Amino acid sequence: MAFESFSEFLSMKGHGLYVWLAYGVGLAVLIFNWIAPGLRKKQIARDIQQQIRREENAGQERNA
Amino acid sequence: MNPKRKQRMLIILFVLGGVGIAIGLALYALSQNINLFYSPSQIAAGEAPKDTLIRVGGMVEEGSVERHKDSLKVQFNVTDFQHTITVRYEGILPDLFREGQGIVAMGRLRDDGTIEAQEVLAKHDEKYMPPEVQRALDKAEAAKAGE
Amino acid sequence: MWQRFKAWFHKWASPKWFFDMSASWMPWLKGIAIACMVTGVIWGLAFAPQDYQQGNSFRIIYLHVPAAILAQSVFMMMAVAGFVNLVWRLKLADLAVKAAAPIGAWMCFLALFTGAVWGKPTWGTWWVWDARLTSMLILLFLYFAVMALHGAFTDATTGGRAASIMAIVGTINIPIIKFSVEWWNTLHQPATFKLTEKPAMPPEMWVPLLIMVIGFYCYFGYLLLYRMRNEVMEREQRTQWVRELVRKGV
Repeated sequence: MAFESFSEFLSMKGHGLYVWLAYGVGLAVLIFNWIAPGLRKKQIARDIQQQIRREENAGQERNA
Repeated sequence: MNPKRKQRMLIILFVLGGVGIAIGLALYALSQNINLFYSPSQIAAGEAPKDTLIRVGGMVEEGSVERHKDSLKVQFNVTDFQHTITVRYEGILPDLFREGQGIVAMGRLRDDGTIEAQEVLAKHDEKYMPPEVQRALDKAEAAKAGE
Repeated sequence: MWQRFKAWFHKWASPKWFFDMSASWMPWLKGIAIACMVTGVIWGLAFAPQDYQQGNSFRIIYLHVPAAILAQSVFMMMAVAGFVNLVWRLKLADLAVKAAAPIGAWMCFLALFTGAVWGKPTWGTWWVWDARLTSMLILLFLYFAVMALHGAFTDATTGGRAASIMAIVGTINIPIIKFSVEWWNTLHQPATFKLTEKPAMPPEMWVPLLIMVIGFYCYFGYLLLYRMRNEVMEREQRTQWVRELVRKGV
């Protein structure tokens, strides 16, 4: 451990604002990028499913 | 590789080469302006314009820092170990400012050959060390000097 | 040897093959990325020693340097993919350019942002127009240019080609970023790590940094494959195998 106490770790001996600002924004960017493709995939899958259903309905109507 | 692909590849390489040369030439022409600061030697050689905002960079000379007693006024010499220039400044200096430290000051070159600075930035080198290592190094150096 | 390479290269033309291949790589990339980044952040924030001059603000290096390395590597990778796209017209290479650009742009933004936050306590300023910082800002705009070109044409193939050319031409900026600190007077310091010399940093500082860099590369690999799979799914949505996948609920 490079720090004597937890409060010293939080204050970073005076540089807390800078260190935590950098890591806070950094983490936010990393997590955003991490989850973005998963959400996009769900969206695409939903669109394709809808498309399949539409085509199936159209096929049934034609048969009826 | 079929001839069509070869041709496409050649065209790309040709375009790339052309753009590369163009940018290289443009950068060469601009290179005087890309430098962030003048060195004390450049100022001594008269390369820097007077009374316009310029930047000067170099080391703070050991033992040259004079702080005013009741204000934030400070005066120090900046050197590149060939020429030296005096910088006057009033304001808060960055944490890293100390004797022997590289700095970049922005200000105007006055007729008496000194710089009246509006902003002083600290430049740090590419070396990183834990404080204990630095203390050990200082000790070793002191021991060597004492021999 | 050459024949085998050619056979391997031609496999990349099959989206289905890519889909299966990437599925087996992604869990590895994901695992290594999480393990390295969690270890690196904790080590860098709490266990690495502080710097003798900069104190604890130095800890920003563990985000700043990996992000900056990634921003530059991703651009070079994008240029290679663009080249393959232009010469061989490989669809996947085009998708790789499209998928890599936003990740690279985010990395570039992160390098600039952490650099500014680090510059304030060390240099005394958030920003200065020196050659290193300016060329890095240009890199961000080059990423925007690639992304804009990709979407600027009604025909996706034309857009892909324009973006590929932009990526290739933009690589000229990479050596400028790298050598800016040697060619010109800059506020940014020269490189700490050089191929030919011992690093100007002790192992207790650079080991966590190395772990972070590895973590960032795996993070990028994972995201790149994920985004490319999404693109494949979208473009191939009329094919039987994609519909089968969707029906099974990927």
